[in-house]
Amino acid sequence: MIYADHAATTKMSRTAMDAMRLCMEETWGNPSSLHDVGQKAALALWSARERIAACIGACPEEIYFTSGGTEADNWAILSAAHEGAKKGKRHIVSTAFEHHAVLNCLQKLEKQGFEVELLDVHESGTVSWRQVAGAIRADTCLVTVMYANNEIGSILPVERIGAVCREKKVVFHTDAVQAAGYLPIAVGAQNIDMLSLSGHKFHGPKGIGVLYAGKGIVPEPLLAGGAQERGRRAGTENVPAAMGMAAALEEVCASMEVNRKKLVSLRDRLIAGLSAIPHAALNGERSNRLPGNVSFCFEGVEGESLLLLLDGRGICASSGSACTSGSLKPSHVLLAIGRSPEVAHGSLRLTLDAENTQEEVAEICRAVSESVERLRAMSPLWKDKVSGKKPFVL
Amino acid sequence: MALYSEKVMEHFRNPQNVGSIEDADGIGEVGNAACGDIMRVYLKIEDDIISDVKFETFGCGSAIASSSMATQMIKGKPLCEAEQLTNQAVAEALDGLPAHKLHCSVLAQEAVRAAVKDYYGKRGQKDGKIQV
Ligand SMILES: Cc1ncc(COP(=O)(O)O)c(C=O)c1O
Ligand SMILES: [Zn+2]
Repeated sequence: MIYADHAATTKMSRTAMDAMRLCMEETWGNPSSLHDVGQKAALALWSARERIAACIGACPEEIYFTSGGTEADNWAILSAAHEGAKKGKRHIVSTAFEHHAVLNCLQKLEKQGFEVELLDVHESGTVSWRQVAGAIRADTCLVTVMYANNEIGSILPVERIGAVCREKKVVFHTDAVQAAGYLPIAVGAQNIDMLSLSGHKFHGPKGIGVLYAGKGIVPEPLLAGGAQERGRRAGTENVPAAMGMAAALEEVCASMEVNRKKLVSLRDRLIAGLSAIPHAALNGERSNRLPGNVSFCFEGVEGESLLLLLDGRGICASSGSACTSGSLKPSHVLLAIGRSPEVAHGSLRLTLDAENTQEEVAEICRAVSESVERLRAMSPLWKDKVSGKKPFVL
Repeated sequence: MALYSEKVMEHFRNPQNVGSIEDADGIGEVGNAACGDIMRVYLKIEDDIISDVKFETFGCGSAIASSSMATQMIKGKPLCEAEQLTNQAVAEALDGLPAHKLHCSVLAQEAVRAAVKDYYGKRGQKDGKIQV
């Protein structure tokens, strides 16, 4: 089996599993209990908070544990919006290709009377700080721009966007779920006010995430209940998951540079191999992308059938075709970078990790090439393009 | 993948009747590229019997399996039976399809019907009759 879908989720690392097991055996108490068992758990939770804070250049008091990236995104956006509304500020700036955890939350706010401006991400899959500067108004309460895109892996200039927001005194949130472990995060130097993380994207457990909120920003409680997380997030904390997440994040951050070099070499070889397929195109730019992300569109084939053929050969990948999402529309990310719906249906995302090998990359290239050929051989769309009845787009 | 039944996967991996017929008596095409599914069905008719049928499909696993199953179900059958092929029958023969994939089997039914209609249209012209 070749797992090349690390943007969807990763396998937990041995270190993370060990940290969780140890926590379940020894610090299993309720951190809110006053007795010894409870206080041991409280100490463990605090250490997880400290270690995660250290990985992103924050203070432990600025780390809030959540149920995952989705909750962190929702929490950051709703908090900032409601805070803004108190001052009559109801304008939010974001991008057209954010994760649904952000986009659907913004849509909800629009229905409540907020005005949301989604910046164009161009063919390159990025926005410039100038675009952000141009969009900010006197009544802008929040700018939320992802650090790296989950589908095409493009990297956005968060540091410069953050600087613009600082200058204009607007809260800046970034969804760093895909960036964590692959790109350096330093909330201070990068001018980030709020940031979302998800444990399972870097070999930690699922169902846990973090919202970083800088001092001076008080996230508004979404849940009514106990006084956990300094009164901001009710519910007994998932201490073992927090320990697993902290261990995983420390591990990926410690080997970031080594992993990056290895991944870039795997990624570039995969891109080169797939580029040899006729009428195929890389989504996003060649180098301004996450070190493990490869995203392609193949003309004349549909993504889900391509995934099924690859799965049959033991290769796990993903696609932005409509038929893989359960909706009738292909990926909003691919449409946002200017792919036509027809082309977007033929997309394939392969996301590598440091554990993948050059042999696996070679096998993926072979399998994709043969599968695309096989599907094209039965595709009426491809036939019409070859015969000249319809034009090639890629 | 557990999304699909074993039957669907069988037809997806080994689709029956893939290809085209040079001198087809009826051709039906439905769907469009923007929606991610196109199906083209070719019929050869002898004495109102479907003597041969082929398909070409651009689409998901469900679309390809439905095309394969639908063509298999009408091959060697009288035209009137092909006209009555329903997407429910195709989906049932595939041991069911996930709810959000049912539209792909509708396309198979529509492609077969379009091909039959095309055949009647052509025959009508040949016989000097206008078919409505
Ligand atoms: C960019 C991005 N944001 C948010 C999420 C949601 O994270 P979670 O699965 O932890 O809710 C994901 C994961 O799919 C993601 O890729
Ligand atoms: Zn489909």
